[in-house]
Amino acid sequence: MLNRTAENVARATPEPLARKVRGISDKGLAWLFISPTILLLLAINIFPLFWAIYLSFTNYRANRPNEMVKNLGFANYQRILGDQDIWIAMQTTAHFVFWTILLQTLIGFTLAWLIDRKFRGHAFWTTLILVPMMLSPAVVGNFWRFLYEPQIGLFAYAISFVSGIPPANIQMLSNVSLAPWSIIIVDTWMWTPYVMLICLAGLRSIPEYIYEAAEVDRASNWRQFWSITLPMALPFIMLAVLFRGIENFKMFDMVNLLTGGGPGSTTEVASITLKRQAFESWRTGYSSAFAIILFVAVFGLANIYVKALNKVKQR
Amino acid sequence: MSLTSAHSVVAPSANSKRIAGAIIIAYALISIVPLLWIFATSFKTPPDSIAYPPKILFQPSIEGYCNLFTTRTRQTPEYINSLGPATGFCDETVRKRNMVIAGPSNFLPRFVNSLIIAFGSTFCAVFLGTLSAYGFSRFKVPLADDLLFFILSTRFMPPIAVAIPIYLMYRELGLSDTALGMILLYTAVNVSLAVWLLKGFIDEIPREYEEAAMIDGYTRLQAFWRTVLPQATTGIAATAIFCLIFAWNEYAFAALLTSGTAQTAPPFIPTIIGEGGQDWPAVAAGTTIFLVPILVFTILLRKQLLRGITFGAVRK
Repeated sequence: MLNRTAENVARATPEPLARKVRGISDKGLAWLFISPTILLLLAINIFPLFWAIYLSFTNYRANRPNEMVKNLGFANYQRILGDQDIWIAMQTTAHFVFWTILLQTLIGFTLAWLIDRKFRGHAFWTTLILVPMMLSPAVVGNFWRFLYEPQIGLFAYAISFVSGIPPANIQMLSNVSLAPWSIIIVDTWMWTPYVMLICLAGLRSIPEYIYEAAEVDRASNWRQFWSITLPMALPFIMLAVLFRGIENFKMFDMVNLLTGGGPGSTTEVASITLKRQAFESWRTGYSSAFAIILFVAVFGLANIYVKALNKVKQR
Repeated sequence: MSLTSAHSVVAPSANSKRIAGAIIIAYALISIVPLLWIFATSFKTPPDSIAYPPKILFQPSIEGYCNLFTTRTRQTPEYINSLGPATGFCDETVRKRNMVIAGPSNFLPRFVNSLIIAFGSTFCAVFLGTLSAYGFSRFKVPLADDLLFFILSTRFMPPIAVAIPIYLMYRELGLSDTALGMILLYTAVNVSLAVWLLKGFIDEIPREYEEAAMIDGYTRLQAFWRTVLPQATTGIAATAIFCLIFAWNEYAFAALLTSGTAQTAPPFIPTIIGEGGQDWPAVAAGTTIFLVPILVFTILLRKQLLRGITFGAVRK
């Protein structure tokens, strides 16, 4: 028996020379494995990016491909930075990002903190809470339009039931001061579970012995929360804020279907402005410049934020 | 939480557990109401769906599903009476509204497009992602950190910003409104997620396995194929589901780069119109059919969810 095994092993082991000939060197294999991905990203992401940079210096219009392309230098960039509408869109975006992150962090952390009590059945309810964030933002935006309908919609009905305001007056999508909140509510409904899940991981990463030590030192629950729970979960909260911040800065699909930027331009976040400029007004050069500015802004903010995050982690 | 407790001193008290449970259950129930409402609406008749006050109890009907899959034309009652007996439930329902079924709607082809594009791009992204992740995990790649950051940074771009040059490029290459173009694009977007996630999973597989296999005479490639891949199946499956969900849900590129033959379901569903406005039961029916696969995947994925949504930054 033992003999046969040894024989098999011997037969299965080819000579070192054969191995060299048949196999590819590790270095070759590494490049063979990595290069297809890099090439694809160069073709689909980086080449278009450079094309967009080129276009941003021109007056090119995609709906008039045969017109002479003129080089404008930095004129597009100058016009964008002086354009009132662009600044309003940036303010709308900032308002949206600020409130969604604030609400999602507060609610998400609270939910995580409660789930961490590990009451009976917490796993099932957690999974149920997670469902909204897995859905298509576009489809979600579309069906919330139905829920927000002033007469027939469930949302207006529920609010009027609680507040006594006639449901016909709850015009979430057509009232100028309510519309920005309509997109904040939907985004919060959808993405609070995301923040919750990351916060939950943060809370679970805190070793129990720290609480035991605090308990021995007779630290109050309040004190334990501020001195142990919150600081130790902070890197996770910041990670969640980073991801949500980037995603909501880019927000397009949900808002496009829920309000389309309206009424007027009250919910016109940066991506909607970009779409209107690029695919409705067909100012390709101008919108490319705006796209580059947006990209640089996200990239820069994310970089600063990651540095801060690393500092917090090191503490 | 007293020191004299027989159990762990830091275990939450029974009372605090009960309160926490009540709040979480209340939140879960409220947050699920919009979904239940869509599900209910898909089984309402059009008049029931726009009734005031909103109807919670109603006679269920599959008219929404009939309207989702068909196009209909209005006819005179005389013409409808002159037709033979109705051939099915949908036929009968539609005739009661003085209409006849004119043919199939675009929903099914759009749904099939979603399937083809989602599965095609997922396969490509996971294939490329597995190879790259293995490369980054096991070999000394020059500038590895920079390359990995480059791969991730492609995710920072707003989709509309990417769509402008892609739109022009695809117009030149004849890839506009084709499934192939969408598969390539979604692969490029998903591959960053796939590389980051899979690198985490492959990092967790001990190198000793391959080294043992290579001592036994396997080449590096064979060792990868026969020892690493089988061990990474869970990670690959989880990654594939994440890619699938992204491609399935994606709207911005699909809305801007497809208009007809390659259009997917997300840009199509909002365009379902009935007589006099949006046909909400049909929209709800389309939404329900579209969301069910995602619900199944969420349940399958719940253990890997955290990893997926943070690009592998947080592992349990």
